[in-house]
Amino acid sequence: MTSRRTEIAIIGGGAMGAWTAFHLARRGARVMIVERSFPGAQASGVNYGSMRIQGRFLPQLPLSLRAQRIWEESERLLGTDVEFRRTGHLHVAVDAAQQAKIERYAADALAYGLGVEILAPAAIRRRWPWIAPHAIAASWSAIDGAVNPRLVVPALAARLAALDVAVLQGRRVTGAERLGAGFRLETAEGDVIEADMLVNTGGAWGADVAAWFAEPVPMFVAGPSEMVTEPLPYFMQPTLQIVDGSIVIRQVERGNVIIAGHPRGPADALKMRARMPGAKTLTNLQRVADIIPCLSGASIIRSWSGIEGYMPDMIPIIGPSATTPGLWHAFAFSGHGMQLCPGLGAVLSELILDGRSETPVGAFAIDRFRQTQTVDEDYLRQEFDAGVVKA
Amino acid sequence: MSHMDGPGIVIVGAGPAGIGAADVLVRAGLRPVLIDEGRRPGGQGYRKSDPTLGLSLGYARAANYKRIHAVFTALETQIDYRPETLVWSVDGRAAYLAERGAVVDAGLSYDRLILATGATDKIAPVPGWTLTGVYTLGGAQVILKDQGCSIGRKVVFYGSSPLLYLAAAQYIEAGAGKVTILDTTPFARKAAASLKIARAPSVLCNGVALLAGLKARGVTIVSGVSGLRIDGEDGRVAGVSFQAGRRPMRLDCDAVAIGHGLRAETQLAELAGAELAYDATFDQWLPRTDADGRAADGLYLAGDGARIGGAAAAELAGRVAAMACLADLGRSIDKAELIRLRTRRDAYHASQEGLAQAFAWPRHAFADLPDETVLCRCENVTAGAVRAVARSLEGVSDINRVKALTRCGMGRCQARMCGLAAVEVAAAARQEAAEALTYYRPQPPVKPIFIPEPALSEV
Repeated sequence: MTSRRTEIAIIGGGAMGAWTAFHLARRGARVMIVERSFPGAQASGVNYGSMRIQGRFLPQLPLSLRAQRIWEESERLLGTDVEFRRTGHLHVAVDAAQQAKIERYAADALAYGLGVEILAPAAIRRRWPWIAPHAIAASWSAIDGAVNPRLVVPALAARLAALDVAVLQGRRVTGAERLGAGFRLETAEGDVIEADMLVNTGGAWGADVAAWFAEPVPMFVAGPSEMVTEPLPYFMQPTLQIVDGSIVIRQVERGNVIIAGHPRGPADALKMRARMPGAKTLTNLQRVADIIPCLSGASIIRSWSGIEGYMPDMIPIIGPSATTPGLWHAFAFSGHGMQLCPGLGAVLSELILDGRSETPVGAFAIDRFRQTQTVDEDYLRQEFDAGVVKA
Repeated sequence: MSHMDGPGIVIVGAGPAGIGAADVLVRAGLRPVLIDEGRRPGGQGYRKSDPTLGLSLGYARAANYKRIHAVFTALETQIDYRPETLVWSVDGRAAYLAERGAVVDAGLSYDRLILATGATDKIAPVPGWTLTGVYTLGGAQVILKDQGCSIGRKVVFYGSSPLLYLAAAQYIEAGAGKVTILDTTPFARKAAASLKIARAPSVLCNGVALLAGLKARGVTIVSGVSGLRIDGEDGRVAGVSFQAGRRPMRLDCDAVAIGHGLRAETQLAELAGAELAYDATFDQWLPRTDADGRAADGLYLAGDGARIGGAAAAELAGRVAAMACLADLGRSIDKAELIRLRTRRDAYHASQEGLAQAFAWPRHAFADLPDETVLCRCENVTAGAVRAVARSLEGVSDINRVKALTRCGMGRCQARMCGLAAVEVAAAARQEAAEALTYYRPQPPVKPIFIPEPALSEV
């Protein structure tokens, strides 16, 4: 049994935990991350890398815009290029309902400081002639971008080492509880950690941690569906998606085209395994061809999935514990956390060290489930395969 | 699956294991689906030449070759045979197919799946192996058998494997020019392993006869070769330099075929639910099966894709797996025959352990590979890059983590060429056993598939 002591213990060394540790440590806090395998091993390492701002739940925009400003500085902050590129995002509408949706969002988002441009077919054809002609409108957000997720947390981990953040790898936290005014954690590998404060960035396992403190949440897990082509001559600068998220396509500078698309499939958080089902691959292959016909004939060389935590309202949990002072939660990012992570880290560090943050996160409170929630069944059906949502 | 009667059985691979399995099932009155990537049946060992070329190569006159093709011909009308078809994924008891790369728009459901996916070459890269004129051993054989061509006029067969000698003999018989064999395993190890190899007496006898035949035809054979480098002119192979024991040597050549044994194709087995375990004899992760090839519920594995054994063992294993499948379906089987087949198959497997000693994977040579040697051809990643990342990892030292940070194994071939070597290089850099780094996790599609034509018409 190994005993350790720290000021702030963080459960989960993914993107959220690592960015939080980074911001805390830069302000002189003593931080220890307890990570089950290695930093960035799960969703943080295998997600699509979409740095999307447009289309977000409106109250999330302040956090998202703040995060994007940090991403723009990421090469300087991390000391290495994690391939953050301001590609711009194009949301393409293929029917009247989708067109109405993007027009409404463009109007609403202005109040939050996000300006997106609505484009008519002629403009789409002129700027991006490779988009299929059945696109009837598009929403263009120039500040959205993309990143290479595999590189992000490893780069952060190197900075954390330089900032004297302790990162315990290969340690699975089996329990955490209050101890006096602080906390006590145990790992399966025999560590006992005492800390003044505790941060739960446990990702798809974050609900287990919340349950230890008597604040259960209806989180379920699902896997994104992603695949990649061989390198092709570079022609696609923006990231493109159909408004309903049924297909998302981007091309990296070295030429590979990366593809994702809803509905999301099942993931196994116990066996730690997720795969893109064959039937979904067939569906997504056809969707790619239908929206970007010139990609016909390109070879897909690999698909993959991941294990992500989702809430039935598709809104993450961020903020203080509702039961236990000194405990902070940031998990269940519902498939859209990667863009937020640097901002999330900054905000959490402010809440923890200053008791307040300039960026509002009240909409993500963990105790919102104390009131009965109305869940949009139609929306969930579009987002997830049958049998995946357990709420 | 449109079966009029009987269970749906899908066999993947029409090499000897798949053909053996199909034969057993057809004789039991069933009509399996036999899916194969090639244009013609036979797999690698019994590869059928392009008939329009009118080739008459020695290997195609051998008794085993003729027999296996006769078995197939008799079967062909009684099975659902799908050549030029790739199984790119298996999930939910359905096989996902592509015909010449074009995906078939629905999965093929099955009750039982027999995987006979065979093997490719185990490659230990050397400096210069990415020059034009360097082929894998298997590639050199395919070019000969399929097209009647040689990879060069002065060919060096380098590595360590019984196939080096077999391929050299096939080249000589076909009329190739100068052929040299450079074997990295010392001759003494072969002699020491001969008793084990003799567990399948025909293997030892054939091997000895092969060696004698090659010497009689003036083929230069050097054993105990180390430190080989391929040098080039204008990007093409010009020669090789190496140590023979302690003696430095150099040879002019215009083509090199390299191979250090076989690497099982296990991706579909894993996707279909098999568990893999490290096999120290063959220096790779192989699927766990019972004595009859059962790997998971409704899943049977046979041939080199399950356990390296060669063509004769593969056919026997295919027959055994099919009999196990029949037994599991409640059909009566000839138990004495099953035992006879198992015993013969196991003798070949036992002999293979001797062969693995006689023709060794050079696991100690990877630490000496120069940093600038390319390991991953698809993504152009060097041994040095893999070493640097491998050394920097704390905690979990999985090869998949090395892959994520170096791109080694991320390209079109999905680590088929570089995977085993990458593990050895990374393990040596960390002073760990290769087993500790596990293996490249497969994901579908196991081979590339095309994005189809658009379905929507112009609005």
